[in-house]
This record gives sequence, C-alpha cells and structure tokens, in this order.
Amino acid sequence: MFLINCPFCGEREQSEFKAGGEAHIVRPKQPTELSDDEWAEYLFMRKNIKGIQFERWNHIHGCRKWFNIVRDTSNDEIKAVYKMGKKPPLV
Amino acid sequence: MKNKYSIFSIIKNAFSYHENWEKAWKDPVPKKEYDAIIIGGGGHGLATAYYLAKKHSMKNIAIVEKGWIGGGNTGRNTTIIRSNYLWDASAGLYDHALKIWENLSQELNYNVMFSQRGVMNLAHNLQDVRDLKRRTHANRLNGIDAVYLNTEQVKRFCPIINTSSDIRYPVLGGTLQRRAGTARHDAVAWGYARGADEMGVDIIQNCEVKGIKRNGDSVEGIETTKGFIKTNKIGVVAAGHSSVIANMAGLKLPLESKPLQALVSEPVKPIIDTVVMSNAVHAYVSQSDKGELVIGAGTDDYVSYSQKGSHDIVEGTLSAILELYPIFSRMRMLRQWGGIVDICPDASPIISKTSIKGLYFNCGWGTGGFKATPGSGDLFAHTIANDEPHKLNAAFNINRFISGDLVDEHGAAAVAH
Repeated sequence: MFLINCPFCGEREQSEFKAGGEAHIVRPKQPTELSDDEWAEYLFMRKNIKGIQFERWNHIHGCRKWFNIVRDTSNDEIKAVYKMGKKPPLV
Repeated sequence: MKNKYSIFSIIKNAFSYHENWEKAWKDPVPKKEYDAIIIGGGGHGLATAYYLAKKHSMKNIAIVEKGWIGGGNTGRNTTIIRSNYLWDASAGLYDHALKIWENLSQELNYNVMFSQRGVMNLAHNLQDVRDLKRRTHANRLNGIDAVYLNTEQVKRFCPIINTSSDIRYPVLGGTLQRRAGTARHDAVAWGYARGADEMGVDIIQNCEVKGIKRNGDSVEGIETTKGFIKTNKIGVVAAGHSSVIANMAGLKLPLESKPLQALVSEPVKPIIDTVVMSNAVHAYVSQSDKGELVIGAGTDDYVSYSQKGSHDIVEGTLSAILELYPIFSRMRMLRQWGGIVDICPDASPIISKTSIKGLYFNCGWGTGGFKATPGSGDLFAHTIANDEPHKLNAAFNINRFISGDLVDEHGAAAVAH
C-alpha cells in the first residue's frame, strides 16, 4: 500500500488507481507485417523488473486519466510521476 | 540409509528425550560441478530434485536456495489441493499431481498431513452456475470426480454458509470435488528435502544466484554468493523471481510478479471441515489442524517484489467472508502476510525447455502452484532428464505464447486458485 501523486488531482491512496502495466510498449505500426514472434513479444513478454520500472496507471476512482510513474518494485517507492506522451525522466 | 520414521522410532527417541534425532538433511559445501542444478528450494524445486534422483538416476545434483528451504511461497500459501480444471491439458496436469498426493506420505515416509476434506466452489450468479456446470461436465469427461450442488446441498455440506437469498451475492449453487483437500505445506518441503538428501542431492541454503554463465546458446554454470558452480543443466523454479533469473540469462518471460496475500485467525474449535472457495466475491476459507481459519485474499494488480500487498485487498476479502459466514463476525485475525506470485497471461504454468540449451523453466504457477507440487516436480524432472517434455506437460511449453495455443484457465483459476 502506498500513495500516488496523481498529476491532475494530487496525492491519493493507491487503491484509487488501477495499474496498467509496463509503460512505453509501442503498438506495432504495421500489424499485418508482424511475425508470430514479434506479436508474442508485443502482447505477452514483459520485463517484470525487480527494481526501477516505468509503468502506466489510471486514476479510475478520480479523474480517470492515464499517466506514467517510475517505481522501485522491490520496495514500492515511487521515484517520479509524469504525464502521458512526455519523455521518461532520468532516475 | 536414513532411519525410518515410525511409532517405534518415536518411542525409541523418547528414551533420549528426543535429543538424538538424525538430521533430516545435511548442510553441504557446494561442489565444483554438478550434472544438474535446481535454482529454488521450494516445494517444486525440492520435488524436481527428488524425482531426478529417484526416477532418472541423476545423483550428482544440487538445489541452491537464497534463503531457507520452503521459506518462500511454499510456506505462504493456503495449502489448497484440487484438480477440477476446465481444459484437458490442465486436468491431466493437476490430476497427475493429485494422484501422487494420495500416496505421498507413504512414499516419502513423512507425514504431509494430506487431508481429502473436499473443495467446494460456489456460484453467485447465473453465469457462475453455467460455468461451474460446464466445468463439472468437463471434469467428469476427464475422469475427475466432480458434482454440482444446488443451494440446499451446499448448505447441507457446509452448514455455516449463509444461503439466504437476501445477501448481496446469494449462493445459487456450487461444485464439489471430494478428492480435493489440503496438506501441510512445510511438511511437503521437508519430506522432499529429506528424501532428496538421502539419495545424495546437495541442498545448499543461503546461497543466492547472481548470474548465469552462458557459452553461446548453452549454459555453463551459475555465479552464486558461494562462488561459481559448473553445470550444463539448470532448472529454474524461482516462482516470483523467475523473471529476475531469466534476465540473468538474457531471456524474457511472459510473466508479471504480483503480491498475493493470505491471513489466519486465532485458533478456534473445529467449525469448517472442508475448503470453500468463491471466485465471484473472492473469498476462500478452510481451517488448519491447529484451528486457525486460513483465508486467501487476492492479488494486487501492480508488479511488486515487496512481499506485502494492499490493505483494501484484505478488506474486500474479509467483507465477503463476513457476508457468507456471519458466524465469523467476532473472529480476530492473528497474522497476515504476502508472497510474490508469477502470473502468466493465460493463468497456466510454464514447464518447459527454452531457446538456451540446458536452461529449463518451471514457473508461472501464479496464485495456485502448491496443489501441483508433486506433479510439477515429477514432470519437470522428466523434462530436464530427457531434454523433452512429458506428454502431460507438453502443452505447457513456453512457445505457446508464440503459437497462440494458450491454456486459458482464468475460469477455473481466476484469482482464487
């Protein structure tokens, strides 16, 4: 359990948010060209990092907006919060 | 040869005040080289080593464990054992395990306290009813015992359940697998450890893996906190930390590691003599032999290795428990904890070779690996020894995420595995 500083609403309990998984996975530009291996990579393979991870969250019980956070998954400490479309900060 | 545990050995040791029991397993210094190394000393890893030694005559093998054996998810789960899964592949896998469970105490000469007290799954809405009836039929076609119960039969089987139609999610029926039940989780780890040790397996505790040495497309050994150990076969059974080990070998897995919580109450007199699970409201409960209610909560939806989950998950589970079992309203909870479970996108495990020669993975058991411990060890040992899967785990290969031939068990597994 931890607090998340929503870039639109401010600091709220994590239970107000929905985790959206690993961030910066880019949807293939030409899906029809993709091999099965590339589809598997896009759909299923995850870094699942123990340590600093970039991830998407949605404030579902608040403003319902998506944004990104940088979190240390070994202790749930949040290092940075940044809006969608912005470049990930250096941590 | 170890001394056999029996009533006579207890009497004999009573004369020396139980101070001279033989050690159940040794504490060896790692050798320079092994024929195979198992990473992870939980139930699955210990069982894998046990069957490698017993059925495949591989004696020069080691288990490396970063903490102590059985100290991870083996010691943190809610000990439920069942095999009523929907698809043929899963039915084959989990019932193989259940058949081994039925004779495991005798085989290991170690009481794993396997108790076939039955597992009941409840239906709370019409879709649940349809799904559970379908699953019952599928189970019976696969030779797995399953019966569908209506609300009155549910009440008769477990009288403390609130079957009133006034509650938020009324009980509309349920399924029952009578061969299902529970076992003592620590005893499973210790029993397999004792058996493996007897056949010459080195159980190396407090030894963390720091790296995997590769030579091109095959493995050469592992770097550990106790030095480099050479081997050309590595079986990884690291549960929540599978991706961490995979990253060391330059491999990516279709896994996400998430916290899963459980809790036990203060011990009370026997009140519930079966296991009741409810996927829809997410509540499952049984009673340990010590008398504690054993309650399983859900997973958090974010990746974490912190071994602690969110409070609202526990709150949600307990509110569902209280609605279904009003008699528990004054129970006090004694302990709560979290474990890190590795979840596959199709809620089925991976027991497989990989693209790297000599590197095998047994992972992705998610929220319900305990029940499969003996079968998982047996099949993983077969896969490692023959470099080929057994027919029962062929469907659980890692390439299914490329071919799309998934084993979707979200219905039978969901969060309440």
